[in-house]
Order: sequence, then structure tokens, then C-alpha cells
Amino acid sequence: MSSIPVIVGYGLREALRRKVFAVVLLLTLCFLGLYWLANHYVFRDVENITPPAGIDARAFAGAFMFGLAMFATLFLGVVLAVFLTLGVVRGDAERGLLQPLIVRPVGRSTLLFARWLGAVAVCAPYVGAVYAAAMVITGLTGHWWPDRIVVPGLELAGGVAIVAALSLLGSVFLTSTANGIAIFMIFGAGLVAGLLGSIGHALNSHTLQHSAKIAAWAIPFEALYQDGLRQITANTTGLTGYLLQLGPFGGAYTGGPLLRLWALAYLGIVGLVAAAGFARKDL
Amino acid sequence: MPALAVRGLEKRYGPVTALAGVDLEVGEGELVGLLGPNGAGKSTLVKIACGLVRASGGTARVRDTPAGSREARRRVGYLAELFRFPGWYSADELLELHQRLSGSTGGRAERDELLELVELSDARARRVEQMSKGMQQRLGLAQALVGAPPLLLLDEPTSALDPVGRRTVRGLLEELRRRGTSVLLNSHLLSEVELVCDRVAILLHGRLVAEGSPAELARARGVEIETDRGVELFEGASREDAPRLVAELVAAGRQIYGVRALTSTLEETYLEAVGGETS
Repeated sequence: MSSIPVIVGYGLREALRRKVFAVVLLLTLCFLGLYWLANHYVFRDVENITPPAGIDARAFAGAFMFGLAMFATLFLGVVLAVFLTLGVVRGDAERGLLQPLIVRPVGRSTLLFARWLGAVAVCAPYVGAVYAAAMVITGLTGHWWPDRIVVPGLELAGGVAIVAALSLLGSVFLTSTANGIAIFMIFGAGLVAGLLGSIGHALNSHTLQHSAKIAAWAIPFEALYQDGLRQITANTTGLTGYLLQLGPFGGAYTGGPLLRLWALAYLGIVGLVAAAGFARKDL
Repeated sequence: MPALAVRGLEKRYGPVTALAGVDLEVGEGELVGLLGPNGAGKSTLVKIACGLVRASGGTARVRDTPAGSREARRRVGYLAELFRFPGWYSADELLELHQRLSGSTGGRAERDELLELVELSDARARRVEQMSKGMQQRLGLAQALVGAPPLLLLDEPTSALDPVGRRTVRGLLEELRRRGTSVLLNSHLLSEVELVCDRVAILLHGRLVAEGSPAELARARGVEIETDRGVELFEGASREDAPRLVAELVAAGRQIYGVRALTSTLEETYLEAVGGETS
């Protein structure tokens, strides 16, 4: 266990040295700048809009904009998580980086866990910071604040931690390129499933709702994201709440505590499968 | 107790047999050279010994602990044939990382000593990405020596080195022998193996086809004696036969100008053993 901080440090250092980190930071600054600009114009124009009866235009605009920011935060967090983990096993082994570490008296599962921890140590604060910055921008510009502040941010960070674990699992079996493609396809599939769930909710289609629910539990980062979206308008009721739930940036699905427990269990299962695969791998 | 004991070791990659029942020992403080053409199974054997590859059959034990176990890995230093270190680490930082991973308590003094051994003292603060390939290979050797492991597994440690670098490594291997470190050296450079190894093992198609000290493997080919009637070759005679042969010739009234015991070189023995195979 004493090797864990050493490998976490190794991973953190790698993250800071890689250009992808600088690229993500640059993209983040661009995103936050554009997001502030968008909020500025949206809330300026909201003043001049007379919405249909029963709709709180400011709450609708604020929740919609912040939902958009949550999507962007999740996406940027996933990009960072994937690039930090996609080549940890097979990619690093093919480049000859892994072997000198593996022959040390460090367990393979310890190495995997520490690399995941290192990635989460970078991605979770990053997601938290972008989430908080976007919330402050929306709050100060439009005087709208989400109904729940902490839980949605934690759920986004949790979603990114799950993607990092899936990417590590993929890195045991796939080349870096194949793993990156696979993880982004899973990420995209999850988002599509979430949107279908919202449409199903709007149309009251049980089939769509059921399919989306299965997808959400199969890849719970999406369910956490949807739950986070739902949380930011948890107390928003009436027509405004209903329209927001239709999406695309308003969650119709409430996972609740069971979802969070499942997300933890899911992380454990992914970790066990990855460790078992890695233990049997010839390097 | 041998530093490394391999018994009936087998490894199959799908339909390909990399090792087909190899028996090999590396004794305490012994320097064993592993020779063989490409694909003979040398790297696979070394990788099984350090736990990177799982054996399909047989056993490999490091000081009586199963190869690959945490206990065995504590006792092994390894330099891979194809390796890379993160470019952003300096030589000193890289060694410190491996000290922490191996649990070495040698601290700065150990790092200084290792860098001096591989003649990288002046490059201690230089980043890996700024080093030549040869420097990186010497740093790899220093990395393998972190924690003073009793068994060192070196897979082509001189492949990227120039002649001066190779001489440095030879000196290092001799120093390790003085310290009692056991070494399994996988190399294509026969002259290097002949110069430094106590024993040589030759692998072909995953099987051990020859084993012995370089002197044992370099068999006698005859004795050549230069006389007043020209050079005479006594085929099959050994160095020990030379005084008798000279005495007989002198008794027969011949003038002797020179005597040379002929032995086959390790290279000739190797080529004979592998039948000219290259891959």
C-alpha cells in the first residue's frame, strides 16, 4: 500500500507534463469565456421576453444554461480522464514504460488502483472547479442559482471517475487508440440513452423510459449526470419544471441514493475485472 | 540455494512455443550469459524470471520463491530490451522513484554511487528526454541496480551502446561479480559474453542446446607446430598434448620454431549449436 502515493504522484506528474492537460485548460478557459458571454446575452434578452403563462423565464433560462454547462463540464472531464488513462496498461507496455514499474514489488492491482486514483485526483477537482465557475457565472449574471449545489457537482465528478475506471479497464485489453474510440463511443451512447429517456418521459413512452433506465444502470456515469441535472431543478415545479425535464439539459430521471450506491459498486466491479485481466496479462 | 532456478520451463503463445522445457540455474554470484538467435526464447525466459510473463508449464524460482511473486521481485533487478522512461524525469528523480518503489533506503548516497557506476554523475539533473540512447541505456542499468538486488536480469543491456559504453558495462559487470551479485545476461554480443560470463547457455527454438563455461564450450581443435619442415597440424590434440608432441618432434631431430594450441571460439561453437539460424 505504501507504493500507492508514489504511483499516484507518478500519474499526477504525468498529467501535468502532458500537453493534453494544457489543451484541456485552454479549452476550459475558452468555454468559460463563451459561457459568460452567452449568459450575458441570454439574461439580457430574457428581460424583454414575455413567456407563456406559468413559465418562469429566468429560472428556465438559468437551469437550461447551467444544464448546458454541466454537459460541457462532464465532456471536458471525460476528455481529461480518458487521455490520462487510455494507455495505462497496453499503451504503456507497448512503449516500454510499464515494465520497469511492474517488476518492482508493487502489485499489479495496486498499480491500477493508484493510476485510477491519480486520474481522479486530477479530474475530480477539475470538474468541481469548472462546475463551480459555471454556477458562479450563471448566478452572478442571471441571478439564478441551482436548487441543489453540492450533490450535482459530486455526481458529475463521480461520473468522470467511472469513465476513468472504464478507460483503465479498456487499457488492459485494447491499444490506446482503440480504447479511446471505445470509451468515447460508450460516452456518446450514454448521452443518447439519456436523451431518449427524456423524450420517452415527454411522450410517456414506457419502452423508451425503460430502455433509457437500463442504459443508465449499465453505464451509470450517464445516470449520475441525469440525476445531477434533475437535482439542479429539484424544487422547480409547474410548467417550468416540466419543460426543463423534457431536456436536453434537464434531467427527467431521479436516481436517488440507490444509484449512488450502484455507482460505487460498479466502480468496484470494473476494478475487479480490470485487475483480473491485468493479472493474467503477459507484458 | 541458486539465485535463479528454472526447471522444465514452458511458454506457449497460442500455437507458438517460445520455451519447450528449459532447465537452467544461475548460482550465487554467478554471471551467466544467455545466447541464441532471435526468437529462441531468451527474452521470454528473462521475462518469466522477473514476473512479466506467466509460464505455461514448469517452474522458475528466485532464491526459492516463485518468480513473479512480490518476494521474488524484491530480489530482482531488471533491464528490459525495449524500455523507456518518462522523458520529464531527471536521472536522479528516476532513480529516486525506483528507490521508493523498491523500498530501498539507500537515499542520495545510493543514487550517487549508481550514477557514478554508469558514468552519469554529470548528468544527474539532466532529463531523460535530453539524453542520448546510450545514456538512457546506462541509466536503465542504474535503475536495475536500485536496492542492490541479489539477482540482475539484463536483456540486451549493450544494444544501444557504443564501444566505450560497452566497456563501461563490462566493467560494471565485473564489479557486480566482485560484489557477489548474480547476473543473467541476455546478449547477442558473443565477444562480450565470452569476456565476462562464468557460464554460457545457448537456446534454440525454446530448448537449451549447449551449456558450460566459455572455456568448456570453446573445444580443442588441435595443435599447430611450426618446424624446420613447415607447419604441422595435429588434429584432435589439446593444449595438454603440446609438450609431448614437441618432445617427440625434437627427439626425431626436428627444429621447433613455434607451437599454437587451436581452440574453436565461442562464436564457432555458437554457430555450430544454432546451425546458422538468425531468426
